[in-house]
Amino acid sequence: MSTDDTAAVPELIGREADLLRFATAGSVDDGKSTLIGRLLLDSKSIFADQLEAVEATSASKGYDYTDLALLTDGLRSEREQGITIDVAYRYFATPHRKYIIADTPGHVQYTRNMVTGASTADLGLVLVDARQGLTEQSRRHAVILSLLRVPHLVLAVNKMDLVDYDQETFNRIHSEFTQFATKLNIPDLEVIPISALKGDNVVERSEHMSWYSGPTLMHHLEHVHVASDRDLVDVRFPVQYVVRPKSDEHHDYRGYAGQVAGGVLKPGDEVVVLPSGMTSRIAGIDLFDKEVSEAFPPMSVTVRLEDDVDVSRGDMIARPSNAPQPSQDIDAMVCWMTPQPLRPRQKLAIKHTTRTARALVKDIQYRLDVNTLHRDQETKELGLNEIGRIQLRTTQPLLCDPYSKNRWTGSFILIDEATGVTVGAGMINSGS
Amino acid sequence: MSVTHADYRLSQLDQLEAESIHIFREVAAEFEKPVLMFSGGKDSIVMMRLAEKAFYPAKIPFPVLQVDTGLDFPEVLATRDNWVSRLGVRLIVASVEEAIANGVVVDDGKTSRNRLQIGTLLNALEEGGFTAAFGGGRRDEEKARAKERVYSHRDEFGQWDPKNQRPELWSLYNGRLHEGEHMRIFPISNWTELDIWDYIGREEIEIPSIYYSHRRRVFQRDGMWLSESDLNPLREGEEVVEKTVRFRTVGDLSLTGCVESEADTIEKIIAEIAVATVTERGATRGDDRFSEAAMEDRKKEGYF
Repeated sequence: MSTDDTAAVPELIGREADLLRFATAGSVDDGKSTLIGRLLLDSKSIFADQLEAVEATSASKGYDYTDLALLTDGLRSEREQGITIDVAYRYFATPHRKYIIADTPGHVQYTRNMVTGASTADLGLVLVDARQGLTEQSRRHAVILSLLRVPHLVLAVNKMDLVDYDQETFNRIHSEFTQFATKLNIPDLEVIPISALKGDNVVERSEHMSWYSGPTLMHHLEHVHVASDRDLVDVRFPVQYVVRPKSDEHHDYRGYAGQVAGGVLKPGDEVVVLPSGMTSRIAGIDLFDKEVSEAFPPMSVTVRLEDDVDVSRGDMIARPSNAPQPSQDIDAMVCWMTPQPLRPRQKLAIKHTTRTARALVKDIQYRLDVNTLHRDQETKELGLNEIGRIQLRTTQPLLCDPYSKNRWTGSFILIDEATGVTVGAGMINSGS
Repeated sequence: MSVTHADYRLSQLDQLEAESIHIFREVAAEFEKPVLMFSGGKDSIVMMRLAEKAFYPAKIPFPVLQVDTGLDFPEVLATRDNWVSRLGVRLIVASVEEAIANGVVVDDGKTSRNRLQIGTLLNALEEGGFTAAFGGGRRDEEKARAKERVYSHRDEFGQWDPKNQRPELWSLYNGRLHEGEHMRIFPISNWTELDIWDYIGREEIEIPSIYYSHRRRVFQRDGMWLSESDLNPLREGEEVVEKTVRFRTVGDLSLTGCVESEADTIEKIIAEIAVATVTERGATRGDDRFSEAAMEDRKKEGYF
């Protein structure tokens, strides 16, 4: 191991560092992979052997510069085709934050991959080529990020070096996008002029754009406030697993294990178990061998109740005065992810929180054109990568919230019962 | 647990832990017969710790499976035995030697033990009827892993089809299987090497002593320092010297190189890794160096 390069010593990531998950969208031509390569390189997350491998490949292909995109193109078939076809996860860290990047392909035929990457993201990063301005594709990316309720959006206007760092060009794209964004649900938007290739405004402030006074991309990622994106008000605790040791030492122990999806739980709180409606109080909250005084998202804990009520996997613990409505009729936006189209009367398995049921497609209300936001009400089916509004009837009540209120209790997946494949991703508008 | 009550903040390490525990519980709830694949390496030890936490005060509700290459470091086996007895879990050992003897895999003298592990492992999973096998793979390790799902579907031949992976959204995992298929589960997908060390330090987890700096008799082969051992005969021109070293990964001792290091505590190891300029696999794993796509090929065949 070489440890002589002390100039390259990054500061250690702090134990108290936060986590920021962000999704990137853009096509190969927008320089997305180059940007990610740049973030990894400038944050010193690239190792010498990885860099040497891509330098060698770049040289053998006769490129004039090191193609940082090669760092992130994972599977061999993708390297051969030179495109990114699946969601790839990347990691880097600063002393302040650890970052998980969901790197997704941008073409319309990979919408499902983008939806997948966006589903867990705190922030979405859309790239546009400054020479081309907003394209159908960049609008689509913004629409998808907004549908998936990614709370923070960054539009990175890339390749500013190729337009001579022109302020007018940037302003035009900025205002065009801001105008478009008013039609979407984007609580927080930042527009940043960058050159991923040259490094302008990525980590280092650009020397070529003195007219820009906003943050660099890295500075924005470091400081964007994500803690308040969680729901800390409405208690939602989907029961995942019942812990019963059946040992002499813990003979009577009975705990309900799960990950807090919303609100703050405390010992002594009065709770209701759904769908049965039985009430009890929290006797204690265990985190491994310690009791904690409160639990909040996204903690994985084990909750004990004072009363011996019947609780099993798929149930949900909430507050009597603030509980989701059990519902078998679900109205939702769905992204369809398989070549065989979704049609009315189709039967599927549905997984919502820790509960799995069967669902019947009652109606397809409309197909959303993700490029124009047009609602096509004539359609009678949803094809691969299409998004639409549908109505489902489920065999069991789901304990759901609108997706706009809680991404955990408002989301579901649809599974083809014959093939076992995940065929759809749903975001609940309402249950009734 | 480092909770700042004022703003309900959870550190990134606590968030990773919560995510991994969620995955362990989800699998235990939904699969008929899970098993934890244990390599003895630090990642699989962290997995044992997470599983312990997920079900406490109950015992881990599935057995632990180790593929014994016959070329394992004795220090690793000792650590394994300590963990297994402390947690009271059932240990299943699948031996590569026995698999060769029974004709399950063919040792042609050219194939590394690491590759022979694949057949041995698949056979053990099939014999045990296991439907879900937990692995300690991390997405930061290698490019092919970066695209693998947490629930990674394997067909009836144990193969991974990277182009036909199920979409994985939110924390809603799809564990549907057909007869003969199984799922590989990677609960620490989102952890990096530094996270693992940070966690080992925080939790004061016992790991094999060879991870810490020690004096060892070693020789150089293909640019790597390998341990002197009866199991790994010297070739012509190879010379044994004594050095202060440690191992960054733990595998087959004929292929796993050590690095010169004075890091004899977790803190020193973390400091050393933070300045490392070579990935842990690139530095010390002969089995990943043969081609840029080496890992992808082995994964398709059914490697961990």
